[in-house]
Amino acid sequence: MIRISKILLIATLVFTACSTKDDGQDTAGTDGGGDTNSFDRGAMLENWADNIIVPAFSNFKSSTQQLEDLTVAFTADPTEENLIALKSQFESSYIDFQTVAMFDLGKAEELSYRRFLNTYPLAASEVENKIESGSYNLELPSSFKEQGFPALDYLLNGIGNANAEIVAKYSSENYRNYLLDVSKRINSLTAEVNASWQGDYRDTFVSNISSSSTGSVDKFTNKYIMYYETFLRSGKIGYPAGAFTGNPSPINVEAYYSSDLSKKLYVQSLKTTQDFFNGKYFNTSQTGKSYKQYLEFLERGDLANDIISQFNTINSQAANLDDSFKSQVETNNTLMLVAFDELQKEVVLLKLDMVQALSISINYVDSDGD
Amino acid sequence: MKRSIAKYFNSYTDAAPLAVFRIGFGLLMLASIIRFYLNGWIEKLYITPKFHFSYYGFEWVKPLGDFTYLLFIVCGTAAFFVAIGYKYRIAIITFFLSFTYIELMDKTTYLNHYYFISILSFLLIFLPAHAYFSFDAWKNSGKAFQKIPRWCTDSIKLLLAMVYFYAGLAKLNSDWLFNAMPLKIWLPSKYDLPYLGDLMQQEWVPYAFSWSGMLYDLLIPFLLLYKRTRFVAFLAVIVFHVLTRVLFPIGMFPYIMIISALIFFSPKVHHQILNKISFWFNINKVKFDNNLLLNKSRNRKAVISIISVFFLVQLLLPWRYLLYPNELFWTEEGYRFSWRVMLMEKAGYAEFKVVDAESGKRFYVNNSDFLTPFQEKQMSFQPDFILQYAHFLADHFRKDGHSNIEVYVESYVGLNGRKSKSYISADVNLLNFDDSFKHKTFILPFYDEIKGF
Repeated sequence: MIRISKILLIATLVFTACSTKDDGQDTAGTDGGGDTNSFDRGAMLENWADNIIVPAFSNFKSSTQQLEDLTVAFTADPTEENLIALKSQFESSYIDFQTVAMFDLGKAEELSYRRFLNTYPLAASEVENKIESGSYNLELPSSFKEQGFPALDYLLNGIGNANAEIVAKYSSENYRNYLLDVSKRINSLTAEVNASWQGDYRDTFVSNISSSSTGSVDKFTNKYIMYYETFLRSGKIGYPAGAFTGNPSPINVEAYYSSDLSKKLYVQSLKTTQDFFNGKYFNTSQTGKSYKQYLEFLERGDLANDIISQFNTINSQAANLDDSFKSQVETNNTLMLVAFDELQKEVVLLKLDMVQALSISINYVDSDGD
Repeated sequence: MKRSIAKYFNSYTDAAPLAVFRIGFGLLMLASIIRFYLNGWIEKLYITPKFHFSYYGFEWVKPLGDFTYLLFIVCGTAAFFVAIGYKYRIAIITFFLSFTYIELMDKTTYLNHYYFISILSFLLIFLPAHAYFSFDAWKNSGKAFQKIPRWCTDSIKLLLAMVYFYAGLAKLNSDWLFNAMPLKIWLPSKYDLPYLGDLMQQEWVPYAFSWSGMLYDLLIPFLLLYKRTRFVAFLAVIVFHVLTRVLFPIGMFPYIMIISALIFFSPKVHHQILNKISFWFNINKVKFDNNLLLNKSRNRKAVISIISVFFLVQLLLPWRYLLYPNELFWTEEGYRFSWRVMLMEKAGYAEFKVVDAESGKRFYVNNSDFLTPFQEKQMSFQPDFILQYAHFLADHFRKDGHSNIEVYVESYVGLNGRKSKSYISADVNLLNFDDSFKHKTFILPFYDEIKGF
């Protein structure tokens, strides 16, 4: 009896000691490197942060600074020449945005960064009302659809047919102010997110190697898959093509007012998700640890290859698409639906097969299992 | 033979083990209910969801809105009364009914453990667990007995043995033994466990765990029954359940199994436990030690018949899967209520399409509009969930003014590390089928083989 009660006591202690694991945050240290048999998630997080996320944000920050500077120049002196320069910067900044859009973590998540920068379709009539009244507060969540890149797209391309016509609009001070405010807000939000990655957040992200759903790998993988499924597959292709409704909807095209930007944005976004899977550094050809290497470590190289080859299929299919998704949807929507189907196959591979192989949970309730 | 059966049913044993079991069971159940509440699960699992997955035939069992909390209070109170043995019969019946009602509200949360609790509490209704060391026996010495029929404690041992043994049988399959699946997927993801993390990365570890888990489940009932191995077996019970607790999120179950396994020990051990409790709470235990036999009650025959039928059902139920074609793990027809524990890493992806049959117009359903992430996860790989959800969607969209509705699903399922495959025929209108115990013909074949039970 005494033996049994002692054993029960020890068992209870062990339980209690182990039960603290429930809270997720287990900082046992990043000592995974010593054992060649284990995959070093800490090193993967470092690769993600140092070679992909931080450089992408830092690049995007210069881009939005340039965007603000050229907006200041244009609003100070609204000429066609300045408009053309600003338009071209707008395009390249919008493309650069695709390299950071999926990193909805930390500061970006807290600020609703992505929603402020790229909620479309734009509420164009609301934008016109606000310009006319001259009173607005772009910090309100209710103004998601009235700012960011979709608003710039409208203000630089949608308010007139020829450049001269657009420039003429900017004789109004209200137009100049709104354009400037939108551009400044993109830059200041980006500055905040970039600063957090330059500061403490990088370490917070990299050191959280916990295997629980609060660990960085689990958390970001959820974000990655959500970005791919919701913003890339549905947002850029599915909604405009009417994949969910059967009715094509050109107004849902990203960069609706630009003549040939939508495909570039799509291709860049696709490239970002693909490069991330492969662990490719931002803007160089080097690669580090990411999902591909992780799957290979778990002897699921077959799955990694399937995912890569599906990315290739999607890319080669994209070559058939019109530069303007608006005209693609209006003239031959079948090709858009084909693109959707190919993207969909990748969703299954990522969201089901990869997540299962990595034993990551997809935002599930933390209930008991058998 | 007949005589020896009669003799068995007339043999008596000490009531202390059953009393200890009653106390442990009641307290652990109370703790489970409190833990469930503290984790916010009542809200998350039963109040928040707009839709609940019912068991076939139990569609009328639904959460009660805010009264669901009351249901849990009733259940927890009943558990406490069971523990102290106050108005035992009413308390255990209330516990069985309220607990089972809770489990029937939504099959999303189905766990073999919960089912075990349900049937165990059903069994306890018929056992004189309050005959000794209980409030009932204290207050009414006419109801106090120190000796109870032997089959009363043996029936709990039998139930425990069945659970383990069937769980062991279910592990005799090629995925578990020869591919070490699903442990091969689960264990390496525990890389951040202190001390064990690196070990979990070794290739032989999932195999060792699979085989020892199988042997443990098959042998432990016998090792606990046999006096000379009992103590070592009990150590094994502790080690095994501690390990599962460390590796997997399985809540209160390990505690329940460890405390339950105590019933295999001799009355002497239980008297010592009760002496300890008496000492702590200043109870005069001697008052219960009356050496009286619990005599044949009037309805003894009825009770023994009920319990016999109960065990017969328990014995047969896990084999019902043999009545269905295709791979059990794939279709899950006959999977539940069979002690198939931790056998599968299975996940799915299901996208529903609602079609207007006349105009051909269609749209896709955003599952998160109707289901919690947990419900969506469970739904996406279980055909009965998929079917029930399809009918729910049809009802919902009919109310919204849609007509001529057809519902299709594009679904994929991955099982134990195999690449995902199409699961349900994408061109079948699910509304053409009603749920039943019949084989669901819209499930696509598995294209692989898992040998064994």
